[in-house]
Amino acid sequence: MRLLLVLLLLLAPLTGRAQDAFSDALPGLGGGFAQQAEAADRLGALGDPRAVPILRALSDGRLLKRPDGTLLIREGDRVTEVATGAAADPAGAEPLRINNRVRQALRGALGRLSLVSPDPAERLAAAEAVFRSRSVENIPLLEAALARESLGRVRERLELALAASRMASPDEAAKRAGIAALGETSSAEARGILLEARATNPALAGEIDAAIASIDRRLTIRRAFETLFQGLSLGSVLLLAALGLAVTFGVMGVINMAHGEFVMLGAYTTFVMQEALRDIPGLASWSLPLSVPAAFLVAAACGAALERGLIRHLYGRPLETLLLTFGVGMMIQQAVRLGFGAQNREVSSPPWMQGTLELPLGVMVTQNRLWILVFSLAVLALTVAAIRFTRFGLEMRAVTQNRRIASAMGIRTGRVDALTFAFGSGIAGIAGVALSQIDNVSPNLGTGYIIDSFMVVVFGGVGSLAGTLVGAMTLGVVNKMLEPFAGVVLAKVFVLVAIMVFIQRRPRGLFALKGRAAEQ
Amino acid sequence: MSIALTAPPPSRMRLGIRTGLIIAVLLLAALPILNLLPRDSAFHVSDFIVSVTGKWICYAVLALSLDLAWGYAGILSLGHGAFFALGGYAMGMHLMRLIGPRGAYGHPVLPDFMVFLGYTELPWFWHGFQSFPYAMLMVMLVPGALALVVGFLAFRSRITGVYLSILTQAMTYALMLAFFRNDMGFGGNNGFTDFKELLGMPLGTPSARAVLFYASLVLLVGSMLLCAALTRTKYGRVLTAIRDAESRARFLGYDTTRHKLFAFVLSAMLAGLAGALYVPQVGIINPGEFSPGNSIEAVIWVAVGGRGTLVGALLGAFSVNALKTWLTSAAPDLWLFALGGLFVAVTLFLPRGLIGLFDRVKKGRGA
Repeated sequence: MRLLLVLLLLLAPLTGRAQDAFSDALPGLGGGFAQQAEAADRLGALGDPRAVPILRALSDGRLLKRPDGTLLIREGDRVTEVATGAAADPAGAEPLRINNRVRQALRGALGRLSLVSPDPAERLAAAEAVFRSRSVENIPLLEAALARESLGRVRERLELALAASRMASPDEAAKRAGIAALGETSSAEARGILLEARATNPALAGEIDAAIASIDRRLTIRRAFETLFQGLSLGSVLLLAALGLAVTFGVMGVINMAHGEFVMLGAYTTFVMQEALRDIPGLASWSLPLSVPAAFLVAAACGAALERGLIRHLYGRPLETLLLTFGVGMMIQQAVRLGFGAQNREVSSPPWMQGTLELPLGVMVTQNRLWILVFSLAVLALTVAAIRFTRFGLEMRAVTQNRRIASAMGIRTGRVDALTFAFGSGIAGIAGVALSQIDNVSPNLGTGYIIDSFMVVVFGGVGSLAGTLVGAMTLGVVNKMLEPFAGVVLAKVFVLVAIMVFIQRRPRGLFALKGRAAEQ
Repeated sequence: MSIALTAPPPSRMRLGIRTGLIIAVLLLAALPILNLLPRDSAFHVSDFIVSVTGKWICYAVLALSLDLAWGYAGILSLGHGAFFALGGYAMGMHLMRLIGPRGAYGHPVLPDFMVFLGYTELPWFWHGFQSFPYAMLMVMLVPGALALVVGFLAFRSRITGVYLSILTQAMTYALMLAFFRNDMGFGGNNGFTDFKELLGMPLGTPSARAVLFYASLVLLVGSMLLCAALTRTKYGRVLTAIRDAESRARFLGYDTTRHKLFAFVLSAMLAGLAGALYVPQVGIINPGEFSPGNSIEAVIWVAVGGRGTLVGALLGAFSVNALKTWLTSAAPDLWLFALGGLFVAVTLFLPRGLIGLFDRVKKGRGA
């Protein structure tokens, strides 16, 4: 208690003085133009947020003066006294007039004061503006603002602005501090300032070079991480598209060229769910998560029908199966084109998937890509679990390994075939839900993925889900690593050529099946 | 994969096929002449029919080349459209060079699209294409070389069946992506068009149409004779053996890689020639020709006609394209359903195509 009292006593003169300086400056606003400008400058330099509404009112012509010299502020219909904040009678009060010089002083003061505004976005914008102006006069202001700033990203901008302002100072020590602070950041803007300063400060060239090198190091690391993330993100898309294929082609040996169309059906299911749930309160925001099981069911039903109706008759004739499923894919595509129209359909992202996320080192990551990466791994885990730990998975593996013995053991192989194909197709449908978030939902959505997915499966090793994972991620990352040098299209061409050459060395892919299964 | 091929058909039937073919060729050959008849004559054939049939003849050569690879060597190429398009591009380059200073920009050497893209000189691979013999050589060499490289890599490591199909599809897909790029020097997604002349004769006139039509017909008859002769040699028999049981043929001491490679390269060259005659008739070539869909459409021609018969490829190419031409104007929305349905119907009910159907009908009547 006593301690508090002592603290209060110590603080009293401080607050009192600040109070005084603020109150002292106020009447100046009611004086002549020169006085007004001076008062605005003083208020701006004080860095007291209370000055903001007053200065704004003056610049908007809402600041009134009564004949007795009291300043009033008009806020719509309400008029209050500036000094006390009490309601006042505007009778006889005249709005204060200003000239260009005052206006300029007001703009400067307001700009500085927004550094301490209660709105973080406004503070950020102010820090940005001060950073760009790079004037020595801002140093004390920035220091004051930094002292009270608690938000990380605003602090970062303020520090950058402070360092940049210090670089403009004639004082050697301040410059050194500025260089050191800029060297700590990892921003391309800081690098630009340092490069600029290097030309005019030959004495500090060594330190500036060191600072630039350290920024470059950090930028390289950041770029590497961003490329890695983009690669993994592309890889996750490939993984989703290829996973169903790894089941139907890899496990069953059925080549399904309509796989891309099942992906497309999944994306359209997402669209239909969104439209169906749009007007149902409470469910509308859940349309995307609900689309996952819906798309699985739609695609799985189509897959089961395709397997039972057509593919079943062609087992052991892979080339015919290829042609047949291609034809089916063509018909599905045309049916969707006639049903939904050829133009792109809009599937919106839920709010929690929008925007970008900033990771340490300033690595920027888009939320939806991150979600898809997580989602693809979850789907992979579920697929592996379904094959490993369920009764259905056991029967599926048994039929794959030896159909006749499995049949002799009492497994209904026909049913297992249908379920396996439906399972693989259902995963394709799930992939469509994810793709609807990052790609155009159009009838030929699947066409772009089918060749890439086959490449992933062949590259990773037919029949191996681990191979599919590694294959997808490798192709994704290599593709994104090549892009800066070769461009998007050539990178893709290079990857295709590389796979052709790779198959030379390992015709059965990265994770080749060994033993009898590999002999087919 | 094995198809139980019947023993060589009885000579009466072969005679029937041969007579049918000769009549068909004579009928085709008559088309441009009937086109010259006065418009009100009952036998007049419209320009449209002549140009469309000319296109179909090129397609038939493509189908024939695919039948050689698929029907006899067991190589289901889903990228034959790439060889066709490469031949077309080689011819297109010749035609572009022949435009000379008559382009819209009036540059003495550079084609319009190069002037537009800011080229200052001709890229190295465009030299020589002003000469017709050189261009004809390239029409065969470029697809042949691509087939040689891809085929060598694939057959050597014993990539067969669907793997090979996917690989060839990836090949044409990669080429399509590459040709869509402007800086490849092939006109980007606009490709080549606005051709003026070929061998001194202005394109687009009835006489040019007739000359190109006959050239295509000669190519068709020539490649038909070549393939028919080839498949009857010992080489052809070995090829069929490889198709039906590759390991067995290898164990018997045949170099299966080389046998398949020869068939694949020859087939690619024929496809290139077909493309080369196709381009001046339609007046345009662009990267869309590389699209995997085109290649797979060619596969369905062969499948519909009946693979491994050569005649079937011709029959399939003409009948499916006739259906396409009719349906895309009568009910454009239905064409893709019809094409998809053809895929399903042929694989499920007509594994030996229309030719197989005829055989069955004939046998039924004979019994």
